[in-house]
Amino acid sequence: MHFSPIPMHIPDGFLSLIVSIICWAITASVVGAAISKTNKALGEKQIPLMGVMAAFIFAAQMINFPVAGGTSGHLLGGALAAIVLGPWAGMLVMTSVIAVQALLFQDGGLVVMGANILNMGLATAAVGYGLYRSMAGRSKSAKLAAAGIAAWLSVMTGALLTSLQLWLSGTSDLQLVIPSMLGVHAVIGIGEALITTFALGFIFQTRPDLLGEESESAKASSGWVYVGGLIAIAVVLLSPFASTDPDGLERVATDMGFINTSQSAPYQLIPDYAIPFLGNTNLSTIAAGIVGVIVVGLVALLIGRGMKAKS
Amino acid sequence: MHSDAFDRYHEKNSFIHRLDPRVKVVITIVFIVSNALLPDGAWIAFGAAWLFLLLTNWLSQLGFGYTLKRSIVALPFALIAITILFTMPGEPLVSFKLLMWNLTITDMGLLRFVSILIRSWLSVQLAILLVATTRFPDLIHAFEHLRVPAILTTIIAFLYRYLFVLTDEVFRLIRARESRSAAATGRRSGGGVLWRARVAGNMAGQLFLRSYERSDRIYNAMVARGYSGHLFTLNPHEMKARDYFVTAFAIAFIFILQVIGRL
Repeated sequence: MHFSPIPMHIPDGFLSLIVSIICWAITASVVGAAISKTNKALGEKQIPLMGVMAAFIFAAQMINFPVAGGTSGHLLGGALAAIVLGPWAGMLVMTSVIAVQALLFQDGGLVVMGANILNMGLATAAVGYGLYRSMAGRSKSAKLAAAGIAAWLSVMTGALLTSLQLWLSGTSDLQLVIPSMLGVHAVIGIGEALITTFALGFIFQTRPDLLGEESESAKASSGWVYVGGLIAIAVVLLSPFASTDPDGLERVATDMGFINTSQSAPYQLIPDYAIPFLGNTNLSTIAAGIVGVIVVGLVALLIGRGMKAKS
Repeated sequence: MHSDAFDRYHEKNSFIHRLDPRVKVVITIVFIVSNALLPDGAWIAFGAAWLFLLLTNWLSQLGFGYTLKRSIVALPFALIAITILFTMPGEPLVSFKLLMWNLTITDMGLLRFVSILIRSWLSVQLAILLVATTRFPDLIHAFEHLRVPAILTTIIAFLYRYLFVLTDEVFRLIRARESRSAAATGRRSGGGVLWRARVAGNMAGQLFLRSYERSDRIYNAMVARGYSGHLFTLNPHEMKARDYFVTAFAIAFIFILQVIGRL
């Protein structure tokens, strides 16, 4: 039995109770919304469909392919589940998968499960579906390219959220955890992107009706484009900001009252930080981030255009 | 495939096995929350929590070291906390040079790192014992009693039931890929990374379609047997006096742990 340990399942003990509870609150309300939405759309059919789909994601995570030097790429599935089933159903499916991984295999803790569901189930589904949906009405290749980028970004979103939670709990140092988590997951995300794209390509060929425009509008409203887009922009903005100017983020956490939750957090490293200069550095990093978003967006757009012209 | 490949349940007729699953779930969660609340370096409380684990292990007839052996699963994640050794302000203990960095382990850093590891190690052990002494369907049923939405618990129950079927499907797909990928010894077969990713992607797509169509058949079969959106159980759980007593005892013990930890 090969379960590749994914360095994203947080075990119990690594998050402070406050962070765990906040994450549970967010997760519970989103999952609650997902339950009522899918209930309306699918009725009594949802239980067998989503139960088997959850087992599918679980089993699909075992499919791997050798990359190089003994490492292998494999699927996490958040983006794929959201794209083929719609965001709400995808979230429920991922929630069940993560719950079973924690309950049965201790892959991730119980009290921190809210955080794990948020990172690997809800955020990945929102980003994955939102970016994919933004290509509605375009060619198949544009959709597939968007799905690949969406899958990669969904993994990065999960990694960034995990890093932030670890840092807020006083478990890791921000300057170190963000670059290392994002670095590792930038590579893992490539495997995710490739499998998601090729799997979707296969479904497009054999059962195009499942991914057609009518079934797309039945799955969820186009408002998801904004949700996914906003989260993606936040990730792209926050990542360089957090790794180049962690003190700014620490100040935000202080203002929000997190400073007292972890007994002796790394904020005390530089007690007399020169705040007057903070504004300038913040501005410049945000500007750099915006430039990054524009570049990524342009590249995505160009790829989409190029593929549209071809097909 | 053998159905016990995933099952972590160990059939015994011990005191712990006979407890109501709700009791076990509640005690496990309270215990994990308590670990998260214990301050850094509360060694006596950590020790007492470990004694609690030894007691439950012994009562479950699985042997004193049962959960100890399986508790290494959470260790790889410790890497993520290792930076705290060097970045916490405090008295320097050891300094050394690694490649281009000068690293100093501080006493506060060491204290926090070890405390995080112990908390995680204690927590995972009771979770291991929970699934080793409770059948998974009973566990799911307990969550339903504890007000987890029925839709979610039923999806999880289905996931558990079809997990074995679909992993069988995956192993067939993987076996088929292996038998197509013959190669002379020492030489690699097949194309580049992209080609291999394509094969894996096609397998995932294939698996999706098989699962999707299977879920259709399952739904139709259920409707044919009178399914209308609700699942019924023939295994009602009842709280007995013993269950209330054990819950009260465990919660009192965990409360004392907190008091000891804060002295």
